Amino acid sequence: MRVLLVLPILVPLVTTVALLLAWGRRGLHRRISLAGAIALLAAAVGLLVSVWRHGILATQMGGWPAPFGITLVADLFGAIMVVLGGLMGLAVIVYSLASIDRGRERFGYHPLLHGLLMGVCGAFLTGDIFNLYVWFEVMLISSFVLLALGGEQAQLEGSIKYVALNLLSSALFLSAVGILYGTAGTLNMADLSQRLSAADRPTLVTAMAMLFLVAFGIKAAVFPLFFWLPASYHTPPVAVSAIFAGLLTKVGVYALIRVFTLLFVQDPAFTHNLILLIAGFTMVTGVLGAAVQGELRRILSFHIVSQIGYMVMGLGLLTVAGLAGSIFYIIHHIIVKTNLFLVSGVVHRLGGSYQLSELGGLYRVRAWLAVLFLIPALSLAGIPPLSGFWAKLMLIRAGLESGRGTIVAVALGVSLLTLYSMTKIWAEVFWKAPPGKQSEPAPRKPAAHERLRPRDRLLLYGPVAALATLTVLIGLWAAPVFALAERAAEQLTHPAGYIAAVLAERP
Amino acid sequence: MPESLLFGFALAAFSPLIHRFARGATGWVMGALVAGLTVRFALYVPAITAGNPVRTCWAWVPPLGVNVSFYLDGLSLLFALLICGIGSLVAIYAGGSLRGHPQLGRFYLYLLAFMTSMLGVVLADNLLTLYVFWELTSLTSYLLIGFNHEDSRARQAALQALLVTVAGGLAMLAGFVLLGLAGGSFEISVLSGRGPALREHATYLPLLALILAGAFTKSAQFPFHFWLPNAMVAPTPVSAYLHSSTMVKAGVYLLARLSPVLADTAAWTAALSTVGAVTMVIGATLALLHTDLKRILAYTTISVLGGLTLLLGLGTSSAVVAAMALLVAHALYKAALFLVAGNVDHATGIRDVRQASGLARVMPITAAAAVLAAMSNAGVPASFGFISKELIYEAIWGLSARGLPLLAATFLANALLVTTAILVGVRPFFGRRTAMPHMPHETPIALWLGPLVLALGGLVLGLVPARTEPMLAAAATAVEGQPAHPHLALWPGFNVVLALSAVTVLGGIGLYLAWERVRRVVPLATITRFGADRGYDLTLEAMLRFGTLQTRVLQSGYLRFYLIIIILTVVSLAGWALLKGEGVVKLLAGRWPSIYEWIIAGLVPLAALLAILSQSRLTAVIALGTVGYGLALLYLLYGAPDLAMTQFAIETLTVVLFVLVVYRLPPLVRFANWPSRVRDAMVALAGGALMTGLLLAATARPGASSLSPFYAEHSLSDAYGRNVVNVILVDFRALDTLGEITVLTVAAIGVHALLRLLPGRKGPRL
Repeated sequence: MRVLLVLPILVPLVTTVALLLAWGRRGLHRRISLAGAIALLAAAVGLLVSVWRHGILATQMGGWPAPFGITLVADLFGAIMVVLGGLMGLAVIVYSLASIDRGRERFGYHPLLHGLLMGVCGAFLTGDIFNLYVWFEVMLISSFVLLALGGEQAQLEGSIKYVALNLLSSALFLSAVGILYGTAGTLNMADLSQRLSAADRPTLVTAMAMLFLVAFGIKAAVFPLFFWLPASYHTPPVAVSAIFAGLLTKVGVYALIRVFTLLFVQDPAFTHNLILLIAGFTMVTGVLGAAVQGELRRILSFHIVSQIGYMVMGLGLLTVAGLAGSIFYIIHHIIVKTNLFLVSGVVHRLGGSYQLSELGGLYRVRAWLAVLFLIPALSLAGIPPLSGFWAKLMLIRAGLESGRGTIVAVALGVSLLTLYSMTKIWAEVFWKAPPGKQSEPAPRKPAAHERLRPRDRLLLYGPVAALATLTVLIGLWAAPVFALAERAAEQLTHPAGYIAAVLAERP
Repeated sequence: MPESLLFGFALAAFSPLIHRFARGATGWVMGALVAGLTVRFALYVPAITAGNPVRTCWAWVPPLGVNVSFYLDGLSLLFALLICGIGSLVAIYAGGSLRGHPQLGRFYLYLLAFMTSMLGVVLADNLLTLYVFWELTSLTSYLLIGFNHEDSRARQAALQALLVTVAGGLAMLAGFVLLGLAGGSFEISVLSGRGPALREHATYLPLLALILAGAFTKSAQFPFHFWLPNAMVAPTPVSAYLHSSTMVKAGVYLLARLSPVLADTAAWTAALSTVGAVTMVIGATLALLHTDLKRILAYTTISVLGGLTLLLGLGTSSAVVAAMALLVAHALYKAALFLVAGNVDHATGIRDVRQASGLARVMPITAAAAVLAAMSNAGVPASFGFISKELIYEAIWGLSARGLPLLAATFLANALLVTTAILVGVRPFFGRRTAMPHMPHETPIALWLGPLVLALGGLVLGLVPARTEPMLAAAATAVEGQPAHPHLALWPGFNVVLALSAVTVLGGIGLYLAWERVRRVVPLATITRFGADRGYDLTLEAMLRFGTLQTRVLQSGYLRFYLIIIILTVVSLAGWALLKGEGVVKLLAGRWPSIYEWIIAGLVPLAALLAILSQSRLTAVIALGTVGYGLALLYLLYGAPDLAMTQFAIETLTVVLFVLVVYRLPPLVRFANWPSRVRDAMVALAGGALMTGLLLAATARPGASSLSPFYAEHSLSDAYGRNVVNVILVDFRALDTLGEITVLTVAAIGVHALLRLLPGRKGPRL
C-alpha cells in the first residue's frame, strides 16, 4: 500500500528516463509518453482510493524515522491533487499528440512534460518543507524549458520574466526555510507543526509566515504578485499553456493551504484576514484584467489569477466549510481551465487566430465545438448546475456562515464579470459573423483548409470532450465530490491526524 | 411532476433531431407534445383545488441543503398551466414564423429548454434548486434573444438581459443562502411555517433586500426595466413567451411564493408597493411614447409587472386575488398581442404603429384576435381583463386614505394601458390602407391559431369567471398562507369601482385621440439620455476603463517594476508582522555575531556594491566571486570546511565561466537614469535590511536542531559513511538529491534545445 505513495513520483521519473534513453525516436517517444501518463493516472487513482479507505498514508524514504529522513505523506487533499495532476497530464499529452510540432517533440517535449509532472506530484506528496523546495525547483526548471522550447521571440521574452520572478520566489522560499530551520531545528512539516505551536517567539513565526506567503503567493499568482503569469502563459504552444494553467499555480495554492493550515495558524486574526484581503483583490484585479483583453489565451490567463482568489478565499476563512469550498474549487478549476485552453487551441486551428477580432462564425459551422466551449465557460462563471456553481455556492455559504459579507459580495460580483468575459468570447468567436466575410453567404460546411484529419480530430476533441463531460458529471453528481472535499478539509483543519500519521510511522 | 421536467429536457435535447425529420411540421409536433404536458398538469387541478398539494424530494447535495424537491400547489399549478399552455401555442407559432430558418432545430432546443427550466422554477421547493432553474432561464433567454446572432444589436441586447438578470440572480443566491441559514432549511414548504420567526431574524433585512434584487431584475422593475424593451430584438415567439407571459413573471412568482415567509413587514410593503407603483406608471408612460409595436408591448408588460408587484406588496386578501387574476389575464392578452404584432410584421414588413392601418380586411382572423385581446387589455366588460381590473380597483379602494396615491397611480397606468391597447390592437386594423413593404395577406393557420386561441381564452374566462374561482382560490391560498375565497363576477353591479373602470376606459380613449400631440410634446430622446439604459452603458464603460487603467499599472510589461512590487510586498508584510508584535529590539536580544563575522559581513556587501557600481563586466564578475568567497569563509567559521571547499570550487568555476562568456558580450550600457537607480537602491536596501533583521533574530536564539545529533550518531553506525554531509546527501535526504539531479538533467535538455531548436526549423504547429 505504501508503494502507492512513491508511484506518483516514480512513474514520471521512470518515464522520463525511458524517454531520455529513446532520445531522437519520435514515434517511440509518443508511445512511452502516453503509456507513462496512463500509468501515472492509474497510480494516482489507486492512491486516492487507498487514502479514502485507510486514512492518511505516510512512508519514510530510506527507512529513516521521521523527522530525520524525508517523509512522503498523502492526506486526501494531497491525493486529490495528485489525481488531478495525473488526469491533466493524460489529457494534455493526448492533445499534444496532434498539436505539438515535430521539432519540439524531437527536442525533449515529452521528457520535459513528465519531469514537470514528477515535480508536481512530488510537491503534493512530500511531508518535508525543504523537499518541497526541491520539487518546486524540478517544476520550475521543467516549466521554464517547456516555456522556452521552440525559441520564438515572444516565448523567450515571456520565459525570462517567468524564470526571473519565479527564481525570486524560490530565493524567498529557501531563505524562509533556512530561517525556519534556524528557529525550529527541523524540516519535517508535522514536526514543525508541533514545534511552531509551542514556539515562544510568535512574532518571528508570523514574519516567517509572511515570507512563505509571498514565496507561495508568487507561485500561486495572487495579487500583487501575479505578473509572471499573464506575461508568459500566452506564448508557448497551447498544450503547454493548458497544463501550466491547470497545474502550476495550483501547486502554489496547495503549498499555501498546506502551510497555512499545518504550520502557521498561531495568529489567524492577522495571517488569515490578510489572506482574505489578498483573495478579494486577486479576484477583482484578475477579472478586470481579463475584461479588457482581446486575445483568447490572455483572457483565460487573467481569469486564472481571478480564480486563484476564490481558492485562497476558503483558506482565509479557515473553516471546514471554507476549505472544502477551496478544494472543490480547485478540482473544478483545474479541469475547466485546462479544458478552456485546449478549446482555444482548437479554435486557433480552425479560425487561424487567437485574436477575438479576427475570429467569428464558428457557431454556425461548428456547433459541437460551441457546446464544448460553452460547458467549461459557463462552469467557470459558476452557472448551475455545472461544477463551478457548487464551488461558488460552497464558498459563499462558508463566507456567510462566518459572517464575511464583504468577501462574499466580491466573490459574487467577480463571478458576474467572469460571465461577462465568457460571453464576450462566445459572442466574438462563435456568434459574430467571421470578419471580412459578411457579404458572402456563410458556408454551411467549413472550408477544406479548416477541416481536421480524422485522427487529429479524435486526439484534439477527445480530451476536450472528456473534460467537459467530467465538468457536467461533477455538476450533476456533486454529492460525492462534496463529500471528498469536506473530508479533505476536515483533515486539514485537524492536523493532529496528519501529525500522528507522519510521526507515528516507524519503519 | 419531475417526469414532466425530464420529458421537457429530453424533448429539448432531441429537438434538433426531431426537426431534421419533421422539417415543416416541427412546430405542430412540438406544439402537440407540449400540449400533452399541459394536459398532464391539468389532471392535477382537481386534487390541488381540493387543497392537497403534492411534494416530491430527492437528495442532491444534502450537506449543503440542496435537494431536488418539487412542490405543486395552487400557485405553481397556475403557473405551470400558463407555461405549458402558452408554450404549446408558441411552439406552433414559431414553426410558422421561422419556417425555413437554418437554425430552427436549435431554436426549439433553446425554447423547450427554457420552458422546462421555467417549469422548474415554479415547481421547485428547494431554494437552491429554484436558483438552478432560475439561472437556466436567464441563460436560455440569452441564447434566444441573441438568436439572430450575426446582428450585433441582438448580441448586445442578449448580453444586457443576461448581465442584469444574472446580477440580480447572484444577489438572490446570497439572499437564499442567508434565508436558508436563518431558517434552518432550504425547503420553501418548511420555511413557510417559520415566517414569524424569520421576519424577526437579525438578517431579515439584508436577505430581503438581496432576494428582492433578484425578483426585481428578473421581472424588469424600475430601475432595472431597461433590458426588457431591448430584448425585443428577439424573434416574436420569444418576446411573446419569455418576455411577456412567463420568464419576466418569475420575479413576481418568487415574491408570491415567498410571501408566507417574508411578507407583511413594513419593509416588504414599502419596497414592493413603491417600486411596483413607480414601475407601473413609468412603464405605461414610456409605452405611449414609442411607436414600434413590440416596444410598446414591452413597456406595457413592464407596467403590468409593476402592478403585480404592487398588489403582492399590499398583501391583503383582495390584493392577492387581484394579482392572480391580473396574472392570468395579462398572460393571455399580452401573448396574443405579441403574436398579432408578429403577424403584422410577417404580413406587411411593418413594425411601426403609425404606418400600419386598414389591415382588418386582408387579415380578418388576426384582426379578430387583436381586437379581442385589446378588449381584455383595456378592461372592457365581458373580458377577463375587465374582471381583473375590477378586482385591482377593489383591492386598492379598500385601503382607504393611505391608498389614495396608489389609486391615482393605478388609475393613470390603467388609462395609459387602454390607450396602448387601442394603439396596438385596434389602430393597425382599421382606417385607410397605406402603402406597405409587402403585399399584406392573411397569415397561415400556424400563425393565427395562437393569438386567436389566447384571445378567445380571455373572452371565455371573462364570460364564465366563476369557473376560474377554484384555481385562483388555490393560488391565492398558497400566497396568503391561509384559505382564500375570491368572488369573481361578470357584472359587479353599479358601484364606485365600476365607475372608476368606466372613467379609466374613457380616459384612455381620450388619451388615444391626443396621442400624436402628446408624443410631439414629450422629448423621448432626452428621457433616454438620462434613463437607466444609459446608466448600464456608463457602468460597463467605467468598468472597462478602470480595468484598462489598473491592468496598465499592474501588468506594465517591465520586469523591474514587477521585482520592485514583489520586494516591497515582502518588506511591508513581514515588516508589518514584526512591528505589530513584540518589537524588533526584543527579537534581536540574544547572541550576537562575533568580530570575525562582522568583518566578513562587512566585506560581502562591499564586494556586492562594487559589482553594481563597476563599469566593466570583468570587475563585476570578480566582485561577485568575492561575495561567494566571503560566504565560504563564513562556512569555515561555523566549522563546515567541506562545505566551504565546495563553495570555493564553485565560485572559482563560476568566475572562470563568466569570464569566458563576458569576453563575447557587447560592452556594458547603462539604461537607468539616476532617479530610478536611487529608487532601485532604496528597494534593494529595504529588502536586504529585512532579510538581515530576520536572520539576526533567528540566530539570536537558535532553536536546538534535533537533526544534527541524530545524523552524527547514525552516520557511521547505520549508514556506513564517515562524512556526515555526504551521508545526508546520498542517504538521509537522498530524495532531495534525486530531485536536484532531475533539475540538472532537465536543464541540460533545455540548454541543448535552446541552442539547437530555433524557430523556422520545424514543421506545422498549433
